[in-house]
Amino acid sequence: MDQAKIEKIKSLPQYQQLVKERTGLAWKLSIAMLVVYYGYIMLLAFDPAFFTTIVSGEYVTIGFPVGVGIIVFAFLLTGYYVKKANSDFDELTAQIKKEVE
Amino acid sequence: MATMMKTLFAFLMTALPMLAYAAGDIEGGEKAATNWPAITMFVIFVGATLYITYWAAQRTKSAKDFYAAGGGITGLQNGLAIAGDYMSAASFLGITGMVYLKGYDGLIFAIGFLVGWPIILFLMSERLRNLGKYTFADVAAYRFKQTPIRVLSAFGGIAVVILYLIAQMVGAGKLIELLFGLDFNYAVVMVGALIIAYVSFGGMLATTWVQIIKAVLLLGGSTFIALMVMVNMGFSFETLFKTAVENREGAMNILYSGGFVSDPVNAISLGIALMFGTAGLPHILMRFFTVPDAKEARKSVFFATGFIGYFYILAFIIGFGAIALVTADMYMAGDKLVGGNNMAAIHLSHVLGGDFFLGFISAVAFATILAVVSGLTLAGASALSHDIYANVINPNATEEQETRVAKTATLIIGALAIVFGIGFKDQNIAFVVALAFTIAASANFPVLIMSMFWKNMTTRGAVIGGWLGLISAVVMVVLGPVVWTQILDMGAAIVPYKFPALFTVVIAFVGIWFFSITDKSARAQEDKDGFEAQFIRSQTGIGAEGASEH
Repeated sequence: MDQAKIEKIKSLPQYQQLVKERTGLAWKLSIAMLVVYYGYIMLLAFDPAFFTTIVSGEYVTIGFPVGVGIIVFAFLLTGYYVKKANSDFDELTAQIKKEVE
Repeated sequence: MATMMKTLFAFLMTALPMLAYAAGDIEGGEKAATNWPAITMFVIFVGATLYITYWAAQRTKSAKDFYAAGGGITGLQNGLAIAGDYMSAASFLGITGMVYLKGYDGLIFAIGFLVGWPIILFLMSERLRNLGKYTFADVAAYRFKQTPIRVLSAFGGIAVVILYLIAQMVGAGKLIELLFGLDFNYAVVMVGALIIAYVSFGGMLATTWVQIIKAVLLLGGSTFIALMVMVNMGFSFETLFKTAVENREGAMNILYSGGFVSDPVNAISLGIALMFGTAGLPHILMRFFTVPDAKEARKSVFFATGFIGYFYILAFIIGFGAIALVTADMYMAGDKLVGGNNMAAIHLSHVLGGDFFLGFISAVAFATILAVVSGLTLAGASALSHDIYANVINPNATEEQETRVAKTATLIIGALAIVFGIGFKDQNIAFVVALAFTIAASANFPVLIMSMFWKNMTTRGAVIGGWLGLISAVVMVVLGPVVWTQILDMGAAIVPYKFPALFTVVIAFVGIWFFSITDKSARAQEDKDGFEAQFIRSQTGIGAEGASEH
């Protein structure tokens, strides 16, 4: 890629919007995942008694819905990102390519 | 092509006498009686995968075909293949075994394995796809001086591959020894011969399809086991947990954490190793180059996360199902399972579906090992042929030369896997996996992520920081409790942490940062100037090689 093309792409509003939105979303979702996961690990390390709470009947403890919840949360986060990227971000990328190629 | 067919046939033929061998060998120690349904399933699987290899071999002509399946794999297919690479025997047998042994703690481990995926998707997968060609070293070396970065990345990659391979080979040998009554050494040689055939003839296309088939079989088989467990329990988790607790003589602690993460430093460190280690595993990263574009790369991570998450939930039900249902004397040796706790899922399949289903699950477990080992071998061969040979030793190499080196490298790695597999027969394999993840997180991941995100990184920073991460990871694992105390028997560990990733990852990042900002050379300026073009390409994919011609 030559310098002229780099400058051209950088000056495109679509490119600036793409970088800003995607970077912002990627970091927000990454932080959400890290907070949830390390929050869970910290809870296990510092307050193990919490996990003895019974939520249903006599044998179903709170750990099960929490654990499955984290797995489902991870799946939903990736789904949200892919949906957003495959529509909005790819649309912007297509516009950028049209401008420079 | 006829020669290739003959060679494949020869491989199949050499495998058969080994199975016949198994028949006479029923009394030896831990070995089980010959399981004919299992062997039938196993022969069907091996035959089918060799046919795929033959089919793929006819379609594997260029280097791109060999390394990246021509770039024509769809997001769903690649998602299954990634999930397949990830759901190794360690996951299927290990996680269910851990749940069987420790209850809830097994789930904690599984969650740690899963949560790295969203992070990889958000921060890495598209950029890898946009920047790379065949291996992750293409990305790490993008704007830097090629030779030192390629050597570092290839070294880190091969170290991870070999260690991971040893763990899988030892696991494979033990599993086959138990299931088929086949001698350990024959089992390892057979696995080695099969992977050399898959990888050298069929390349990435065969490896990917073997992986996809195995993932489908594994998900289907696990679904069936979990469903049968729930049928037995009247679809009530209350009944499942109650029966499990009663069979453990009232041990309620299997329902919550039994102190698995009582030490915060080890807990956080393990979390870092699992999460960032995943983002540095060469055989996983390579999969992003098999899809046509960034869109399919994203989709593949989405599918992979779904399949892996679903699989771990099933593994959890299977583990508790095994506590509740695997109670007959025939499965127990004293207070332990026959063949060790890793056999929980295998025994449960026998309880629920009889000999035939046991055979099916055993064949799936074997397929799992074959597929993962093939993926690893291909990643190692690519590091040698593409990163070292074609980019460092002989930059003018033709595609034919490079592919030939890749096939030779496959043969060498396959042979090494056999030798190490036999040599490490009685070794504790848990540390090998921990070491592989720690090295991946400490050497590969920091260089890769910083090269994509940090403008001021220079060749010098990358090389010194990367080597510091790699060396400190190896040294701290060797001086830690597992290797120093348990394996080498040298007394109290010098490094008190089982998982040193918390420290070694920081060492790598600080090293990259410090040796970059103090670098005032002309090369450093060139490295920084290259960032903009790299960044634009990583964001938009403009300039990335398309796969449309395939």
